[in-house]
Amino acid sequence: MSTVICPECEAEITLDADTEIGEIIVCPDCGVDLEVLSLNPAQVDLAPMEEEDWGE
Amino acid sequence: MPENVTIGVLYSRTRVEEKKIFAVLEERGIKYDRIDDRQIYFELDDAGHWLSYDAILERSISYARGLYATRALNAWGIPTVNPAHVAEICGDKVSTSTALAKAGVPQPKINVAYTPDSALEAIESMGYPVVLKPVVGSWGRLLAKINDRDAAEAVLEHKKILGSYQHSIFYIQEYVDKPGRDIRAFVIGDQAVCAMYRRSDHWITNTARGGEGDVCPITSDLGELCQNAAAAVGGGVLAVDLIEHPDRGLLVNEINHTMEFNTLMPTTKVDIPGMIVDYLTAVAKREIEVLR
Repeated sequence: MSTVICPECEAEITLDADTEIGEIIVCPDCGVDLEVLSLNPAQVDLAPMEEEDWGE
Repeated sequence: MPENVTIGVLYSRTRVEEKKIFAVLEERGIKYDRIDDRQIYFELDDAGHWLSYDAILERSISYARGLYATRALNAWGIPTVNPAHVAEICGDKVSTSTALAKAGVPQPKINVAYTPDSALEAIESMGYPVVLKPVVGSWGRLLAKINDRDAAEAVLEHKKILGSYQHSIFYIQEYVDKPGRDIRAFVIGDQAVCAMYRRSDHWITNTARGGEGDVCPITSDLGELCQNAAAAVGGGVLAVDLIEHPDRGLLVNEINHTMEFNTLMPTTKVDIPGMIVDYLTAVAKREIEVLR
């Protein structure tokens, strides 16, 4: 089970077993959006801010 | 037996939708690559390794990235789902409305203007309330319901002064007093395969803004309208959003070419990622031709 440290608030976050690279997770402590950059080793960073042309 | 094709999935984020699509590709043993749109570039005079793909599924979260990627890929003869000519229409509300009008598909009344003065005139010719929408944008962002002249003048000035040039393409839509819900229908190829109502007390019923979904039966009228709407923008894998006008019946509001379905799928129980992969595979095998 992988854990990462939130770069915003330094909370320790446990990644779910089915977490994938590129997935967005929410820090349970501070609520910031984090992007999973790698799984081995587990790394996250602040997710890119929403841009104007984003959508479906 | 696994399909003998190579697929690329162009994506920005691994959302629930991408996870489900990846899972289907893996379950079926289909060879595929995940292509992060932040890590690629295109040499426009050299297709190079891109030619190894039989088809590419475009799931970029950015309209511009997806559009220009598919433009390059299609120019090299690589089919994409959806192709650039469909993205170009669906990602731009003026283009969508123009295509629907040309095809005679019922939609809310639309006026387009280029200056605050002409926009105000266009609004008043339509009558309040109206809805102002950005030409490019999604998830219900930056929509403005304009109830009177004071609000119109304020919002038009703000859009002119504070917005990029695109916000001075004033897309003005008749406000439809819908019954607390709209309809999202999922179209694949020439078939409407499922639909749901999106309910909200807010006039914006988009599920990205908290609207809740339940199943909407596909009547023959709804199915035919969705087929016509999809055909008007070039067809493919599309989400057609409709609103119910109290007098004029079903109107097509917009069409999404890289739709999210994480709320639609549990509601309708339809295997949407499986159907997307079916379509994608058929495109990769050239059983369906998407390039013009």
